[in-house]
Amino acid sequence: MPVKVAIIDYGMGNLYSVRNTFVSLGISADIIEKAGDDKIFSYDKLILPGVGAFGDAMKELKKRGFIIPIKDFVGLGRPLLGICLGMQLLLDKSEESRSTVGLGIIQGVVKKFSSRLKCPHMGWNAIEARSRAGSIFKNIKSPFFAYFCHSYYARPAKRSAVIGETEYGIRFASMIQAGRVYGMQFHPEKSQEMGIKLLRNFITQC
Amino acid sequence: MLCKRIIPCLDVKDGRVVKGVRFLKLKDAGDPVEWAKAYEAQKADELVFLDITASYEGRKTMARVVREVAKNIFMPFTVGGGIAGIEDVRVLLKAGADKVSINTAAVKDPHLISEAARRFGNQCIVVAIDAKRTEDGRRKTEDGKNNRNLSSALCHVTPESKWEVYIHGGRTATGLDVVAWAKKAQRLGAGEILLTSMDLDGTKDGYDIALTAAVSKSLKIPVIASGGAGLKAHFLDVFKKGHADAALAASIFHYGEFTVAGIKKYLKSNGVNVRTS
Repeated sequence: MPVKVAIIDYGMGNLYSVRNTFVSLGISADIIEKAGDDKIFSYDKLILPGVGAFGDAMKELKKRGFIIPIKDFVGLGRPLLGICLGMQLLLDKSEESRSTVGLGIIQGVVKKFSSRLKCPHMGWNAIEARSRAGSIFKNIKSPFFAYFCHSYYARPAKRSAVIGETEYGIRFASMIQAGRVYGMQFHPEKSQEMGIKLLRNFITQC
Repeated sequence: MLCKRIIPCLDVKDGRVVKGVRFLKLKDAGDPVEWAKAYEAQKADELVFLDITASYEGRKTMARVVREVAKNIFMPFTVGGGIAGIEDVRVLLKAGADKVSINTAAVKDPHLISEAARRFGNQCIVVAIDAKRTEDGRRKTEDGKNNRNLSSALCHVTPESKWEVYIHGGRTATGLDVVAWAKKAQRLGAGEILLTSMDLDGTKDGYDIALTAAVSKSLKIPVIASGGAGLKAHFLDVFKKGHADAALAASIFHYGEFTVAGIKKYLKSNGVNVRTS
């Protein structure tokens, strides 16, 4: 049976480019705007994309009834991929909005880059896969390049959650994983071949 | 380490790519999607589409072009040219553009920058600045004074100003100092500055290094240098001496004089960090 993918729409960001990438891979992906009853449980994999601010995003996820279903979905051991802000939302909290509680699916915090650096960190940078990294990196040689655009970065509490690292003033976690939950700080949908491979691996290998 | 970016720019009129020296001797050179794919294959880091259509009908065509491009390429692209207000921004982003670049409208109403940044995120708002050298640090023309009712107060050219902001495709002087205006754009929420030297655009004499360095060193957001690329060495200069974060070029790529990959190979061998795979 073909894999069913849902892209969570919380009113922020360019969801169509994520969907376009799946379409090009022959994978159908639905954009869902509201959690509704058990809607997301009819899907095999969830994508949490997004650009914008941490606080607004959590507020919007809550308003649309997504928070509990997302937590339940991953609680059942089903795969989720957070992209860019979507990855940051997986953590407990962010310096971007100190009063906001994140999804708390992966322990850790989101911090702002040093003011000495140009911000946002925008453009192509290298990702080094850590050795324990698994199937998400199938057929991908490390280091590889991807397109970034962000001013905050994730710092997971457990080192073991970091599966990819990138250098920008510091070494930060550009890919994280806990169980079947993955986060990519860069935009795979904007990272040409490598990004497409990663998305394909998430669907077929993870 | 973050790579320096090479960004080909395509002029689009009525939904078709036109090439040639900007605004002169335009020839129909075809389909934007084909151009975009070709540049993607060359490992261009991003693309800029500049809509040079004047008519309302043509502008609707641009949204269609953006949708087609977004379906077919998997790299970031910016759309600019003639964006008049927040609705234009919304339409283009919704069609699939990753960023929009705003020029004249931002000078006329700087709140457009803050409003667009608030609604869509700083990262997708590029403020384009057309810069022209002042003579002996002083403006010779008086148009600037006439434009003082523009709401971009406190950015006016002073005797120390070296470059002035022009709008309406370079036809109207604004009386604004380029560095001061760039700083203001940053403060209002621009995610990036696309800085074009009007003095060097189309000359192939190289980027304006002093201009690029002055703006780039004054800002925390990335600066894309534009105007004047003619040789590989010009790219090296604008990164090493001009502190540009990205370099944009049009004609040297369109006419096949250089490929993006070729420029990158040269830059890499000269110690500039670029993406080659």
